[in-house]
Amino acid sequence: MSANTTHSHLKAVPENYKAPPGIDKLPAYINIEKLSLSYDTQTIFEPLSLPIYQNHINALIGPSGCGKSSLLNTIVRLTDYQNNAKIKGQIHVNNKNVLDDSTDLISLRQNIGMIFQKPMPFPMSIRKNFELPLKEHGVKNKDELEYKIETALKDVGLWDEVSTRLHQSATQLSGGQQQRLCIARILALEPKALLMDEPCSALDPIATKVIEELILNLKGKYTILIVTHNLSQAKRVADYVAFMWYHQGHGKLIEHNYADVIFNSPSNPITTAYVQGLTE
Amino acid sequence: MSPLKRDRYLHLVLKFFACISIVSLFFVIFFLVTESWRIIESTPASKYILDDAWHPTEGEFFLLPMIIGSLLVMIGAMLLSIPVGIFTAILWQFYAPSWFSSILERIVEVLSGIPSVVYGFWGIMIIVPLLGKFQAPGTSLLAGIIVLTLIVLPTITLVANSIFQQVNKLHIQNAIALGLSRFTIICHIIFPQAKRGLLTGVILQAGRAIGETLAVLMVCGNVVQIPGSVFEPVRTLTSNIALEMAYAMDIHRSALFLSGLVLMIVVFMLILMTERMKNRENAL
Ligand SMILES: Nc1ncnc2c1ncn2[C@@H]1O[C@H](COP(=O)(O)OP(=O)(O)OP(=O)(O)O)[C@@H](O)[C@H]1O
Ligand SMILES: [Mg+2]
Repeated sequence: MSANTTHSHLKAVPENYKAPPGIDKLPAYINIEKLSLSYDTQTIFEPLSLPIYQNHINALIGPSGCGKSSLLNTIVRLTDYQNNAKIKGQIHVNNKNVLDDSTDLISLRQNIGMIFQKPMPFPMSIRKNFELPLKEHGVKNKDELEYKIETALKDVGLWDEVSTRLHQSATQLSGGQQQRLCIARILALEPKALLMDEPCSALDPIATKVIEELILNLKGKYTILIVTHNLSQAKRVADYVAFMWYHQGHGKLIEHNYADVIFNSPSNPITTAYVQGLTE
Repeated sequence: MSPLKRDRYLHLVLKFFACISIVSLFFVIFFLVTESWRIIESTPASKYILDDAWHPTEGEFFLLPMIIGSLLVMIGAMLLSIPVGIFTAILWQFYAPSWFSSILERIVEVLSGIPSVVYGFWGIMIIVPLLGKFQAPGTSLLAGIIVLTLIVLPTITLVANSIFQQVNKLHIQNAIALGLSRFTIICHIIFPQAKRGLLTGVILQAGRAIGETLAVLMVCGNVVQIPGSVFEPVRTLTSNIALEMAYAMDIHRSALFLSGLVLMIVVFMLILMTERMKNRENAL
């Protein structure tokens, strides 16, 4: 089925899609409830509920512009800086709604790290890239800093490559190394969850493979939510997949299930079309 | 005309205009030097800093107070306007709600377009009487500093604002996502990237401040003296030229050209200093 014909199925979108029972019983680290976002008068995505399962890899797929990045930004409140953003609904983390005004944003962002599409180490030394956030989060002791930097770099397999040049500028690293550095920089803060917005889309296939393996290694220790356009990547790494679609000018959650189910026997025809159309 | 030929003509025209600007610059320098040559040749340089008065018609050429006056007014204005301008820009970029920022920006844009003589006039009407209440006569170094600050502040703020806007947004996004506070982001991410641009902007304004004439002349009192406090009157090099050029003759005239030459040297040294600072930045 080609992507063109998928539009004929739009009317078949079930109005209040709910994931099958059972999947909901898993503990979710992040629980998105009836969340909707609009900029000015333009709705970006309709109210959606989505649990992000603890210590599993949750993938979010869907066409460009359906609001995947916006959803991630909302979770760590990056939308605060877009003063035209209007948010409704709730996002529960540790039984607290992160959208409350009283949320401690610094500790929220320490708990939930975000990796962006384009790796962006700060234009300073590799060591300084770690020290700046670590010091901000209260790590002042020199030995402790060293230890955390080393552990984080080892976790992403970058230690052997950079241990002798921690004083050099981080911008001199290759794209793949920079992305691993950004992941390490987040891991050093000992977060509980990682949100990754197309972490491999700016990388070559080999660097992509390295990052994918890294993500699989992190599974079990961290709750991961990864946005990807690469369906085979989602297939390789994800335990659960949420599928969003662009419908009547705004995004909508269509289906959420085990990765197997989404890729092999999705219940919604749009999902079927999307996963087939793009894997052929 | 063939495209090749057209290119050649354009090239010639460009060369011609480039020559005009270079030649006119040399002409100004040459003119300043030859006109002040008379005094340079007849008076030992030590007299400019060791004489005890400025009586050019009687052979006393105490230029030092005016050099100091110019520098003090300029440095004072920069010391006030740099932090205020930069903090205002930070406020409106990173803290203020956007409607407030855009109103502020419009206002500052208007302020930067007001001719300096209007600021001078305002200084005479408001600042001088106000200062006079604390300490007579009111026309003083401080009045000059305040008026000059108001003249350069809008531009410094606008320049700082546009430089902060150029800081890589993705770095800021990453920094926010890492849970860095605004204060840390401003100090460690934004400032290091903005430093060079700010330096250039500030030096350009310093050059403008030291060259400002009319507004400063209106409020500074113009007494030739090394001021003992900010409440005492001073005369700047630029005021000196403006005040006396109408009737200056012979060696007096030559002394005024020397004032101009000194001013140019000071500005030139300012530019040299920034270049040095920038190069040192680059080397790091
Ligand atoms: N600050 C903003 N103001 C207004 N509209 C915005 C803003 N940020 C994003 N949008 C709009 O929101 C919609 C969703 O954007 P978003 O980046 O979340 O999509 P996406 O699913 O991540 O797409 P992609 O796969 O291309 O990254 C787009 O139509 C975009 O134009
Ligand atoms: Mg996106």
